[in-house]
Amino acid sequence: MTATDPNAFSQSSSAEQHFSSDLSGRYRLDNIFRIASWVATVTALVVLAFLLIDVLIDGIPRLDWQFITSFPSRSAERAGILAPLVGTIWLLFVTALFAFPIGVGAGIFLEEFAGDNLFARILEVNIGNLAAVPSIIYGLLGLAVFVRVFLPITGGRTVFSAGLTLALLILPVIIVATREALRAVPSSLRQAGMALGATRWQTVREHVLPQAFPGILTGTILALSRAIGETAPLIVIGAQTFVPFVPSFRGTGFSALPIQIFNWVGRPQAEFHVNAAAGIIVLMIVLVAMNATAIYLRNRFQAEKM
Amino acid sequence: MLFQLRSKRFAYLAASIALTFVVSACAGGGTDTSTEAPEGETAEAPAEGGGDLSGSIAIDGSSTVFPVSEAMAEEFMAANPGTQVTVGTSGTGGGFEKFCNGETQVSNASRIIEADEIAACEEAGIEFIEIPIAQDALTVVVNPENDWAECMTIEQLSTMWAPEAQDTVTNWNQVDPSFPDAPLALYGPGTDSGTFDYFTDVVNGEEGASRGDYTSSEDDNVIVQGVVGDPNAIGYFGYAFFEANSDSLKAVQIDGGEGCVSPSVETVLDGSYTPFSRPLFIYVSAAALEEPHVRGFVDFYLDAANASLVEEVGYVPLGDELTPLVQARVENGTTGSAFADAPEEASIPEILAQ
Repeated sequence: MTATDPNAFSQSSSAEQHFSSDLSGRYRLDNIFRIASWVATVTALVVLAFLLIDVLIDGIPRLDWQFITSFPSRSAERAGILAPLVGTIWLLFVTALFAFPIGVGAGIFLEEFAGDNLFARILEVNIGNLAAVPSIIYGLLGLAVFVRVFLPITGGRTVFSAGLTLALLILPVIIVATREALRAVPSSLRQAGMALGATRWQTVREHVLPQAFPGILTGTILALSRAIGETAPLIVIGAQTFVPFVPSFRGTGFSALPIQIFNWVGRPQAEFHVNAAAGIIVLMIVLVAMNATAIYLRNRFQAEKM
Repeated sequence: MLFQLRSKRFAYLAASIALTFVVSACAGGGTDTSTEAPEGETAEAPAEGGGDLSGSIAIDGSSTVFPVSEAMAEEFMAANPGTQVTVGTSGTGGGFEKFCNGETQVSNASRIIEADEIAACEEAGIEFIEIPIAQDALTVVVNPENDWAECMTIEQLSTMWAPEAQDTVTNWNQVDPSFPDAPLALYGPGTDSGTFDYFTDVVNGEEGASRGDYTSSEDDNVIVQGVVGDPNAIGYFGYAFFEANSDSLKAVQIDGGEGCVSPSVETVLDGSYTPFSRPLFIYVSAAALEEPHVRGFVDFYLDAANASLVEEVGYVPLGDELTPLVQARVENGTTGSAFADAPEEASIPEILAQ
């Protein structure tokens, strides 16, 4: 087509023309892309806002002190969320207690100490695979190991077993996040440390880890947020739906927020659906409180580094 | 400076870990004693309805039966403050798994125990007593604007829902020539549901045999929404979901061969709402039933005075005819499943009277 074009000018003038005529075109393309990414962002926000507003409108009127401090009941008005709320806080605590030190420790080992050998590569591939295993599989693993084999330690179907199972579930995520955070620390820092005669551990402890800590915390928070929304492994471990007492660490009979919410959503009576909305708000408050704590800690660590 | 800060942080961590174990030790110890002590106490206490029973009961199983057990547990605990009852919802199958493993004393079931589950219990040496505790009316619903499907026969439902109907029966007038020329919109529970099993067994003659091209959901509220929003829709679920939405849905009368009958507490109780009324069960371990608090709970469950609790959560109570039969079963300690052995066409009283 261009071969028969009668307006084929000399090389230079065509390039000039091409450049000037395309300038506005490129700006237009720029704009189109900007609008597209704006639409993508706004879509996500609108969906989120819609969900939040919907839940808040339904749930806020139900959310009162009675709701927070009551046990489950057949009547929606008398039912409350105390047992699942305490259960979820327990679970978070146990999960963080085990997953954080082990996950960060493994991440440091793999990134800073293991080097690049076959063993490390096998570990790496397996951890990557574990992160993609469905949570119900972890539930079955937890049932076999923590509930059955470790019965004398965990007490069977308890918060302890469930917390350990959730810890396993999020361990790969924490390890991967820790490694990413450590990898982002420039290696000149390590070289400088070791050039001054520090051992590897001293370098890691004093220079690398503090730099990477905010990133590690962010990864941990994301992992814990996933853990508190899990239902399937908890049901396998033995979480109950009607728990009329405050669950204890090693006592049988515990519940968790997602299980209670799921039960309420599935009930025929509309009043229970309102309870479910209020339960979702409680779950979100727990989540936000957790994230706020992490952000506070992260900021403190960042300030300390200065 | 940095090191000091850090060691302080480690001290915090160490302290909090130590605290956890102290708390856990206390908590663990606390529960141990609370489960042991009651057994000693109850040995002296005479059973029967008294407010001084104590001990813990673990219940798990069907989420359909859950509301009834929850209501019973709530009131039983209010009457006997020393008792602790937990109810789980891991499904009828999941419940039996724990039950036959000796982990629960009572198992909720929306269907009769299956042969392999009986075998598992036998192997573990767990004898059980099968107790029907309530009835459910499987309810076929249409949109209130639907003025043609007032009453339907099982044959008509089968025309609609049979596996052969897939992709061929798509219009109301194919079900019955008197029905209008309107597209058929089908809503039903998913294949994991006990309601699905029961409906397919009755309507299509084989458990699980159903056309697949319908809108299915494990959450019956989705079916409610679907039928409410579509004048040409038809769906089915348990009576509780119809009762909670009776102002926006219409129940189809069922002609089981003896005229049209609407689902209601009365028609289920007098046995006329057939074949869509089904019993719901609890299975109680025979060994556990010898403990006063478990026996007290089962008696409380079957007490005619507590039948209103069953109705309150949307189910149909056993009624005057069945209650004594079931109570006698508990009294005699009749173990095994009468329903599993019973012939297809036997009625509930006939089965229980055996």
